[in-house]
Amino acid sequence: MATTEKTATVAVKPGEERLVSIEVVYRGIFQKTLAQRICRGVVLASRRRNYTGTAFARYGDSPERNGVPAKQFAVVAPTDLELEAGMAKYEPAVVDVSVAVDDTLVKGIESWAWYGRQPIWKPVRDNGFVLVTSNSTPDELVQQTDKAERPYTLAVVPGGASFAGLWVYKDDHTDYRVLGALARLLPDWLPIEDVKASIRESTKDEARVVSVQFGYDNVRTREVKKGEGTDAHEKLQFEKPGWTKMREGIIVEARKPGERNPFYKKYTARTLRPVVNFDTCIKCTMCWLDCPDECFEVTPSGHYEVVYEACIGCGICAQVCPVKDCIVMVDELKFTDNTDKFVLYDKQPDAYRQWFTEMTGLPAIGSDKPAATGGD
Amino acid sequence: MATIIEKGQDAVSSQIEVEALVTGCEAIAEAIRLADVDVMAAYPIRPYDGVMQAAAKLIADGKMDVEYIVADGEHSQFEIVKHACAVGARVFVGSSGVGWFYAMEAIAVTGGLRLPVVAICGNRALDDPGAFGTEHNDSLAVRDLGWLMPWAETAQESLDLALMAWRVGEDKRVSLPVAIGLDGAFLTHSQTIVKIPTQDAVNKFLPKYDLGNRLLHPDNPITIAPQVDQDWLMEIRRQNDAAMRRAQDVIREAHADFKRLFGRGGDNPFLDEYMTDDAEYVFFGQGTLALPMKVAIRRLRAQGHKVGLVRLKWFRPFPTADIVKSLLRFKAIGVIDRDYSFGSPNYGGVLYHEVRSALYSQPKRPVVLSFIAGLGGREIDQNMATQIFEKTKQAAEKGSLDQGDTCTWIGVRE
Ligand code: SF4
Ligand code: SF4
Repeated sequence: MATTEKTATVAVKPGEERLVSIEVVYRGIFQKTLAQRICRGVVLASRRRNYTGTAFARYGDSPERNGVPAKQFAVVAPTDLELEAGMAKYEPAVVDVSVAVDDTLVKGIESWAWYGRQPIWKPVRDNGFVLVTSNSTPDELVQQTDKAERPYTLAVVPGGASFAGLWVYKDDHTDYRVLGALARLLPDWLPIEDVKASIRESTKDEARVVSVQFGYDNVRTREVKKGEGTDAHEKLQFEKPGWTKMREGIIVEARKPGERNPFYKKYTARTLRPVVNFDTCIKCTMCWLDCPDECFEVTPSGHYEVVYEACIGCGICAQVCPVKDCIVMVDELKFTDNTDKFVLYDKQPDAYRQWFTEMTGLPAIGSDKPAATGGD
Repeated sequence: MATIIEKGQDAVSSQIEVEALVTGCEAIAEAIRLADVDVMAAYPIRPYDGVMQAAAKLIADGKMDVEYIVADGEHSQFEIVKHACAVGARVFVGSSGVGWFYAMEAIAVTGGLRLPVVAICGNRALDDPGAFGTEHNDSLAVRDLGWLMPWAETAQESLDLALMAWRVGEDKRVSLPVAIGLDGAFLTHSQTIVKIPTQDAVNKFLPKYDLGNRLLHPDNPITIAPQVDQDWLMEIRRQNDAAMRRAQDVIREAHADFKRLFGRGGDNPFLDEYMTDDAEYVFFGQGTLALPMKVAIRRLRAQGHKVGLVRLKWFRPFPTADIVKSLLRFKAIGVIDRDYSFGSPNYGGVLYHEVRSALYSQPKRPVVLSFIAGLGGREIDQNMATQIFEKTKQAAEKGSLDQGDTCTWIGVRE
């Protein structure tokens, strides 16, 4: 009903559909409304010159889990007909811009909605953009992104990750700054004047328009060449079997006791990671008992070490640990891999203590001394 | 540029048609508001629950006044509206997938009772396993039970078909329930620009619900659904059948009125044809699969192929006359089903068997092929569209299909 044959022949020449796709990669629940506001903002701003669009969430991400990476999208086209090429999909196969609204997402993302860990640039087209809200520099962020398979531009709009809850929204203008930055990256699709006019009209608040301009003015960019980035991150990819290969009766192998799931690891949900001071640990088992993801393994010496591949960074272990600063939550961007650190403590305790101090900013105190002198 | 509003905020007071960026579910909620529904019953299951949330928000924001009853399950949900409908309330209800099946006992009797309940089935694969994507077997399970069954392609069409649903279902010549099919995710959860009509225009289109002397009320002592036996049931079924047959003309009438008032709806109430004027073969299907197929058609046309699409808008009543008239113009019809009928005559889709049956009495028939695609909500991409096209084209050139080669599964991993 929406389109007729007549508009088809007038508006678009066959095979000439033009559209622009933007994805927002975000932390499930905490940034859901933020992602939605950015995507809606893109479509509504482009409507000002009679372009049309669609905004939607990656269906398989829902119901969202706290912190688990998820995606929402905005697809804009000059006409309804051209937009059809962007509809009835779960996600665009190729995007012009991937927006990460938490900079720890540049380390790669594993979600409920897809299989394996994806580099942040995975769907970004050749010479497209990865736009990150961050207080780090583009150079620092490139160190943590997967080695680029094709060139893209890394853009940073200043600001920390804006987290809220399921029922509340933290209205700190992150959405407006991102919309301003997008206008800078896609001037042909999202002219800054349209974005400002759209925000002015819908919010009637000049402060928000100022934030749009701030994002536009302060976005920093850096070209990333093919091959730049790190190859320290795990490759986590799967082949999906065909119907003749699958077990009949909707059955999959269960994990045996003690085995961890090799197909779904969840660590990309982490923004902070627990670092354990094995010197001050009193081996009380609380972390081991209370970790919701059963991340702790007992070492032969009776310590409790974190299996970082399984840890979602919820911070519960740090909360329940009775010893001050024995488990410290540290910014995930400071780490470059998931290797288990107890081996280091076991073999070279001093090297471990040095590492602990470097990561946490706290003195590593020997187990013979009380922990009370640890920094706050 | 029409006025853009945020999710219907000002639509309530607006005197001009406004636009909103809304999902298919939110568009349905706008239709509930515009139809001035009296009672709706809710119980959450994805993707239908998007309507539940959108309607609840309209009520909470003071934009809609409807008795919103959260039931203890889908069975009660459909019972509640059935009863409300009998006492003169305009009603809305909906569900998805297995929730729809849980309500089946209530759904099964609503047609016979001739109560114009309007429901949506947010199409979803049947669990197990827990798949949320669109598949049409949930809606199709009620195809023989006396429900009218329109299917939408876009959020706009969802709103429009919902208004049509109350108008046609409540018409005294029909008085049947309506189950609107909406593809899960692609339609229910994707926001697009939708025109929200004014209350005045809707009032012109949609008369007040009036059950007449069938109203259950102390002033009108009647008993609905007394015990009957073999002495009565065939006559009841035959009445049901007559109502369903009458629905065709009522839909035509309503469609003409809708088009006059709102300027939308296409030329034919039952079929939406795309690039068929000179087509030699066409794709045939319902719901959102029309979107990727239209993109494919433009691509294939650029390569010189005379291909088009016929999209079915009402599965019940099945518009046989319109289908015959339309499809006899082509050499081959590739019917794409987002459903499957295990063990059916040609091991094919439900829609395919219906189309084939509709054409059977014609002396010269096009070749009809069955394609099973997009089950469980799998995206229909351009490669799949090309496969469907190639097979359909070959059949058109050959004029027949090999024995046992009637149905092709598209995009299934071997
Ligand atoms: S932060 Fe601690 S409690 Fe939470 S998942 Fe990681 S190890 Fe377990
Ligand atoms: S909770 Fe703290 S003290 Fe207790 S075992 Fe775990 S790390 Fe050691």
